[in-house]
Amino acid sequence: MERIEAFEVLEPGILTTVQDLGRYGFSQFGVPPSGALDTFSFRVGNLLVGNQEEEASLETTIMGLKLKALREVVIAITGGDLFPTLNGESLEMWRTHLLVEGDVVTFKKIRSGCRAYLTLNGGFILPKIMGSRSTYLSGRFGGFQGRALKRGDILYTLDRPPSLSKLGLRFPSDWIPPFEKEVILRVIPGPQNHHFTEKGFQTFFSSAYQVTPRCDRMGVRLEGPKIERRPDVEESIISEGLISGAIQVPGDGKPIIILTELVTGGYTKIATVISTDLTKVAQLKPGNQVRFEPISIEKAHLLLKEQEERLKEFKKFIERR
Amino acid sequence: MALYPETIFRLMGDRGLLLEFGDEISPEVNEKVRRMTLAIQAGAIEGIVEIVPTYRSLLILYNPLILSIDDLKKRLERIEKGLQQTPFPEPKLTRIPVLYGGSYGPDLEEVAKYHQISPEEAIRIHCSKPYFIYMIGFMPGFPYMGELPEGLITPRLKTPRLSVPTGSVAIAQRQTGIYPMESPGGWQIIGRTPVKMFDPEKDPPALLQMGDFVQFYQIGEMEFDSWKE
Repeated sequence: MERIEAFEVLEPGILTTVQDLGRYGFSQFGVPPSGALDTFSFRVGNLLVGNQEEEASLETTIMGLKLKALREVVIAITGGDLFPTLNGESLEMWRTHLLVEGDVVTFKKIRSGCRAYLTLNGGFILPKIMGSRSTYLSGRFGGFQGRALKRGDILYTLDRPPSLSKLGLRFPSDWIPPFEKEVILRVIPGPQNHHFTEKGFQTFFSSAYQVTPRCDRMGVRLEGPKIERRPDVEESIISEGLISGAIQVPGDGKPIIILTELVTGGYTKIATVISTDLTKVAQLKPGNQVRFEPISIEKAHLLLKEQEERLKEFKKFIERR
Repeated sequence: MALYPETIFRLMGDRGLLLEFGDEISPEVNEKVRRMTLAIQAGAIEGIVEIVPTYRSLLILYNPLILSIDDLKKRLERIEKGLQQTPFPEPKLTRIPVLYGGSYGPDLEEVAKYHQISPEEAIRIHCSKPYFIYMIGFMPGFPYMGELPEGLITPRLKTPRLSVPTGSVAIAQRQTGIYPMESPGGWQIIGRTPVKMFDPEKDPPALLQMGDFVQFYQIGEMEFDSWKE
C-alpha cells in the first residue's frame, strides 16, 4: 500500500496515541484490548470523514497536541472539547474540515471532557499488530511504535487525494454527549455483589465520588466514602478476567473503574458500568464527580440498541452524500 | 468442594458473562475452564467477542445486539453438557533455563533465609518438579504456575518493586511466574531467564499456554549470555 506524509507532530501534548476499536482474541495470552476509550466519539469521527468506523485515529488527552499538515487532508475532531484551533482560529468540533499543506491544528486547553479524537480521511497507515492498530502503552506494542507520539514524528496516510464529498458535514448537535463535571454512571451490580453488605451498597449508591489524579488508560481511581465489605469474605479473589467499566473495590474500600488496558485482576468488583456510559467514564478528569445508579440489564441493552440505531441512521445519512 | 455441582453465571455489566466453575485453585477446576474454552472456541458462536480463561472462571465478552444474554446462556449450557466429547490436547512440557541469584535474582538470599535453607537448596527445590500453567494474565505472556513445593512457599514482597526486569523468574505464595517484560511487581525475584516469553509479531505471541507445563533448570552466566545472542 502506497503511503504519503500527512502530519508532522510539532508537540505531542500530554498524551496522544493511535487507537482503533481494540485488539480482541488475545486475552488468553494476557493481552488486553486497548483501543479508543470513548468509542462513541471515535466512531462518529471516523464516519464523518468517510472512513470505516474502526479506522485508526488519534486519541489526545487534556491539551497540548500540535500537528502540522504536510498535504491536503480531510479531518474531524470529536470527543471532549480540548479547544482545537486551526492556525490560531477556533475549529468547530463534530464536523469535517479541509486542511491544506502547512496548516497547524492545536489543542489549546481543556473546556469539557478529557479526551479528543482526530480522525483523518484515509486513516493513519501503520502496521496491524495482532489484528489491531491500537497502542498498548504498558505492553509497548501496537499503534505508533508501541508508544505515545513524540515531537518530530511523521504520520502517514493513504497516497490518494482526500475525498472531499464529506466536507462540511456535521454530527447533529443534540446527539453530541454533554461531558459534564458531575456525572451519573449507570451500573449493573456484580459480579462480586455478594461480597458487600447492604450498607456497603447504600454507601456506593448514595455517595458522590471524586476523580483523583490517579487515572490513566488502565483505570480511574475514585476518592470517597469507604464501601463496606462482608466480614466473612476475603479482600481479594482468585484472579479473573476484566472488562472496561468493571468497578473494583480493593482493601481500602475506594472504587476504581477499570479501563481498556487491563486483562485480569484479583480484586472484588461491586458493579460494572453499562456500555453506553463508558463514554462518560472516558471523559472523566481529576476533580470531576461521579455518582452510581443501578439499572437492569434489559434496560442497558435497550439503551445500547438506541445508540446503535442512532449511529446507523447517521451512517446512512453520510453514505447518501 | 472444589468443582461446583452447577456452574455459576455472574453478570459483568451488559456485555460480560462470567462462568465460575469452582472456588479454589486446582488442576481439576482449571481443566473445566480449559475444556469450556476449547469447546466455545470450536463452536465459533456469532456474537462472542472475547474469551478470558483464568484459574477457575471464564469471562465471555459478547455483543448483545447480535447475541442475547438468554441465548448465550442456553448455548453455553448446551456446550457444558456435551463437554466430555470434545477432544482435549495432551499437555506440552517446556524447559526454561534460569540464571539464579546474584543481581539476576535479588530475592533468592532472602527467600532461602526465610525457609532456613541455603540458596542452592532453594534453587534445587524450584527445579525439582514441573509446574502446571494455570493461566496467562496480568500482562502479555505472564504464566501463573503452581504449586510450589511446601519448602518454598513465600509471601509477596511487603513493598512491590517499581520495576522488575524482563525475564525475571519469581515466586509468591504457592505460585511461580515469569515477567515477560519490564513492569512493576511484588513477587520475590529468584532468577532470570534469557528466553523470550512474548513476541507480538509471532503467532501465538506467547511462548507458553495455559494447561501446559514448565520445568525450570539452572544455567550459568556464560550460558545465559550465549543464549541472549
